[in-house]
Amino acid sequence: MTDITLDTARAPRRWLAGALLIAATAVFGCAFLLAEETWEVLGLLALAGAATLAGWKLGLGTRITESWTAHETTMNRLALAALLAVILTLSGHHFPLLMLSTMLLYFTASLGLNIQFGYAGMVNFAGAAFFGAGAYTAAVLGNVEWLPPLLTLLVGGLVSLLLSLVLVVPIVRTTGHYAAVVTIAFGVLFRTFLEVNEVLGGPQGLMVNPMSLFGWSFYDAPTVFGPDASFYVNYALLATALAALVFTLVRRLERSWLGLHMDAVRLDETAAACFGIPVRRTKITAFLAGNLILGVAGALYGMMISFIAPASFTFADSLLMVSIVLLGGMGSPWGGAVAAAIVVLLPEKLQILQEYRFLLFSVLVILTLLFRPDGLLPRRVRSFIPGWRAGQ
Amino acid sequence: MDLGLIAQYLANGIMLGTMYALVAVGFTLFFGVLDVIKFSHGDVLMLGTFTGFTVWLGLEAIGVTNPWLQLGGILLVSLGGTALIGAAIAKWVVLPLKKAPGLNILLITLMLGTAIRECVRLFYPNGSNPKAFPALLPSASVDLGSFALRADSVILVVAGLGLIAALNLVINRTRLGLAIRAVAQDEETARIMGINYTLVVLATFAIGSGVAAFAGVMNGLYYNEINFGMGLLLGLIGFSAAIIGGLGNLYGAILGGFLFAGLQVIGTALLPFASAYKDVFAFAAVIAIMAWKPTGLIPERTSDRV
Repeated sequence: MTDITLDTARAPRRWLAGALLIAATAVFGCAFLLAEETWEVLGLLALAGAATLAGWKLGLGTRITESWTAHETTMNRLALAALLAVILTLSGHHFPLLMLSTMLLYFTASLGLNIQFGYAGMVNFAGAAFFGAGAYTAAVLGNVEWLPPLLTLLVGGLVSLLLSLVLVVPIVRTTGHYAAVVTIAFGVLFRTFLEVNEVLGGPQGLMVNPMSLFGWSFYDAPTVFGPDASFYVNYALLATALAALVFTLVRRLERSWLGLHMDAVRLDETAAACFGIPVRRTKITAFLAGNLILGVAGALYGMMISFIAPASFTFADSLLMVSIVLLGGMGSPWGGAVAAAIVVLLPEKLQILQEYRFLLFSVLVILTLLFRPDGLLPRRVRSFIPGWRAGQ
Repeated sequence: MDLGLIAQYLANGIMLGTMYALVAVGFTLFFGVLDVIKFSHGDVLMLGTFTGFTVWLGLEAIGVTNPWLQLGGILLVSLGGTALIGAAIAKWVVLPLKKAPGLNILLITLMLGTAIRECVRLFYPNGSNPKAFPALLPSASVDLGSFALRADSVILVVAGLGLIAALNLVINRTRLGLAIRAVAQDEETARIMGINYTLVVLATFAIGSGVAAFAGVMNGLYYNEINFGMGLLLGLIGFSAAIIGGLGNLYGAILGGFLFAGLQVIGTALLPFASAYKDVFAFAAVIAIMAWKPTGLIPERTSDRV
């Protein structure tokens, strides 16, 4: 009885912890994206590290987790609002917005990979290839007059899906390292094919026409945000919309019977089959759904950077995507967001350490995997009822 | 197509096959004893080749100019050094992670490979440019019609095949080989039988890495050029070769290595209008083989414990 009364008294504060975290992250994000001097970047990084450590020691971590679990929908909406606020604040700056949009698209791509790695337990080391398939589709279809560019995004996803249909047989028949080699081989094949192929631009790559929505070309800066607004605002907003849409869909998928099937298949294929779960169909669904998302994200990425070449979709880029998933924590969408921010922003911001950034980055990933093997924000036990806590 | 050209393709295929097999053997040995894929293998190979190159520079500097003496020095230091590096990676990176999910080990070793690559690029003097590896072997050649059989190719292939044969003898005929096979079969039983598990694992990694260094030096002597990125593709191909042969099986790795080289050569020979597509063809064939034989051509014996 006393527990319940205490609990109701604490309820509003629980809501506060998560909101404060979101606000702090938004402010920090703005500052970090705008920081130009090395000492500013390093100082902000030190600040973030100290704040995380302090929060950990003071037990804020559990408070925030609790508040997040209790008000998940509100928190997600708040995070979206905070992101929009950040975009508005940065509306005059090209480069920070480009980085933010890139981060959002990599986050979207990591959500796709998450379905494969985190839920169904399949490996995919050709993420960049499917991402690139979407981008090249956007490049080719950009010149088709009658096709609305928004539909091009979808077609990009479909092309990536068609390509993955080729891999379905070997992927479903193999497991573990053998499946890894199938996707690695595909990734290398894709890149080599693009390099030697004359039709698709060869090693020089292709120009991609910009996005346009209902006759509004994305090359024009929106005037709503004042005269100095950057045209990247368009892409940042669209990338936000895409990321939010995919995030919602992936969360729904996780909660649905499909997600349950995927979890079962990942944990034990034999047991899942014994309970009548269609193992092959589940795996194929996960593989195709993930690659569809990768293709859509890739198509928008191609339009945004407006110039693509095979060198942007190498095996190393696939690895980058896999490290986002692993760093964030397998099957943890928010973990993917944090990891995407680290993986995309850190190397860009440490331009001064340009020469050493890949070295630093690889060492960072090694250390994270050694000391936090479950990722930065490990996936928690699935909760069927939002707000429900054990022992309540 | 005339006979000389076919012979040329064949010679090239055998050369590449030997090199790939030497790399694949490492992957399969590591998988045998620890059930892990160590993806930094290709970059360890590159490191071995650069070690050899440095030794050559050193020998030139102190005035040793006899090519055979130089070659001996290069092989000794390169193989020994790389074996030590391999054992060190096993001891401090792979063994502590034995219980972690396979994917994590794969990613850590991949990142370790990146770190090694970057270190060589950044810290080796002028490391980002390709280096001219010396041609130390006699370059005499016998003309057989339109095909010139070069002495250095013959020596390289014979040495490579000899190393594979020696490795086979070590694995199948010596006490160390027996221990390696025992650990590969069942770690716990091997421990109970009094086998020093850690030592065997370290020895296996040392052997595998040394063999890879040999493949790297071979690559350098054949193409007379080395660069910091050479390990990535060689590692990928070696891994694919080990997989299509069937992991954990020495013959599978050799078969896979030669098969991959064969595919590349066939790709070059039969697609004359587009020999640039040889890698596309070879990797497409790898995917097809995996669809046909999901656990490799010589499958490892496994049973699911339910």
